[in-house]
Amino acid sequence: MTTPPPALEVDGVAFASPDGHQALFGVGFSIGRGERVALLGPNGAGKTTLVLQCNGVLLPGAGRVTVAGLPVASEHLREIRRRVGIVFQDPDDQLFMPTVAEDVAFGPANLGLRGPELETRVKAALAAVGMEGHAGRPPHHLSFGQRRRVAVATVLAMEPEILILDEPSSNLDPASRRELAEIVTGLDITILMVTHDLPYALQLCPRSLIMNGGTITADGPTAALLADAELLAANRLELPFGFDPAALGRR
Amino acid sequence: MGAGHAHPLYLAGTSPLHRARPQCKIAASVAFVLAVVATPREAFWAFGVYALALAGLAALGRVPFGLLARRLVIELPFLAFAVFLPVVGRGERVEVLGVPLAVGGLWAAWNIVVKGTLGVAASAIVAATTPVAELLGGLERLRLPRALTTIAGFMIRYADVIADEVRRMRIARISRGHDPRWIWQARAVASSAGTLFIRSYERGERVYLAMVSRGYAGSMPVLQDLAATRAQWLAAMSVPAAAALVAATAWGLRP
Repeated sequence: MTTPPPALEVDGVAFASPDGHQALFGVGFSIGRGERVALLGPNGAGKTTLVLQCNGVLLPGAGRVTVAGLPVASEHLREIRRRVGIVFQDPDDQLFMPTVAEDVAFGPANLGLRGPELETRVKAALAAVGMEGHAGRPPHHLSFGQRRRVAVATVLAMEPEILILDEPSSNLDPASRRELAEIVTGLDITILMVTHDLPYALQLCPRSLIMNGGTITADGPTAALLADAELLAANRLELPFGFDPAALGRR
Repeated sequence: MGAGHAHPLYLAGTSPLHRARPQCKIAASVAFVLAVVATPREAFWAFGVYALALAGLAALGRVPFGLLARRLVIELPFLAFAVFLPVVGRGERVEVLGVPLAVGGLWAAWNIVVKGTLGVAASAIVAATTPVAELLGGLERLRLPRALTTIAGFMIRYADVIADEVRRMRIARISRGHDPRWIWQARAVASSAGTLFIRSYERGERVYLAMVSRGYAGSMPVLQDLAATRAQWLAAMSVPAAAALVAATAWGLRP
């Protein structure tokens, strides 16, 4: 029996935007099935650019990205976009249909699902984020935390191989933040979480990648990386006030 | 500002009128208005029948009369014009409470007021019993191009988001001591409008990106099956059919 291919493999990816600004310089890493990995880095490190490489919205100038063995290329973008679910930072960008249920149905309907099969998917995805009671409501009547959870459901409904969360904790109050953490840890799925919220990364992801200036500068257990004050300082990352890095190593 | 999709005109309910297919309601209300407009203005009884029919429909749809009356206020600016007609009209005049009014003008004013009111009432009833999402779906079933209904849907979805942004920008301006009273102080407002345009444009790009990431390939999936049966069409069109009959009778009875 051969081992299954990693959920996401990024190999020597370089990318320059059309205006000539080089954002990625040979990024490489691999994420195994079922892993939860945080991608840490300051603003402007190239995190979002890298995320958009993973579902083929941007295609690399050099190197390659494979999702569960399938290379990201224009001939099978549809399948790639099913396999890679991205939850964007602002739920208002992601939720555009009249009702929550229709929004969750948008992705799987684009994949060709209809009727009872589609309904089952929508129900399951909403149940996974604890929003099944709000199916018929318009998205903008929900609280910010609820909207973020629905945004996660819209992607889960596509049954992706890997879930990519872009700054999932931004703008959340502590209770919503905890609720989202509970949902994320309850999901049986590979997760790449892009963030500069270091405690959240520690809480949810055993492994972290640090990105700065368009390259991966560190890859290791989250607790060990966060305990390395020099490494953090070199990458413009900071723990919040009162957070004791020495305590991290003992966890 | 309105509440977007659960738009302020909609009254949630489960009446037969709520359950009727949106395309049937739209088509029936348009046909009804046409019948009303085609009725001769002298046939007072016909307008009474139309009003009774609308009252019956409002009761069927559980739309309170008080609410309906308040919604009719929207036609007031249009009626203001009608009020002037008897005053400025020429020709034969009659004295009403000591004021000489033109007979032709009175007829014209009556014509506008009664037909306008019936038309607005009919559309208010449809709006009160149909959610916006269904209205758009109904228009689509009536062969309105998909691109237009999609644009309308996005407009409704994002109206609140953009209005909220406008509000925040205004508060931020005022908080920095901006107190626009004169036209030459409009510069800050104008540049806010420019910023808002850029932001909305960028949001449009982000929304598109999020759509593409979920497999959007140029056409919105049809999620609601709004197909109407023959019986549903017949039930809906019976109202304008009766109205057309009334209009025809009114023409027939004209001296």
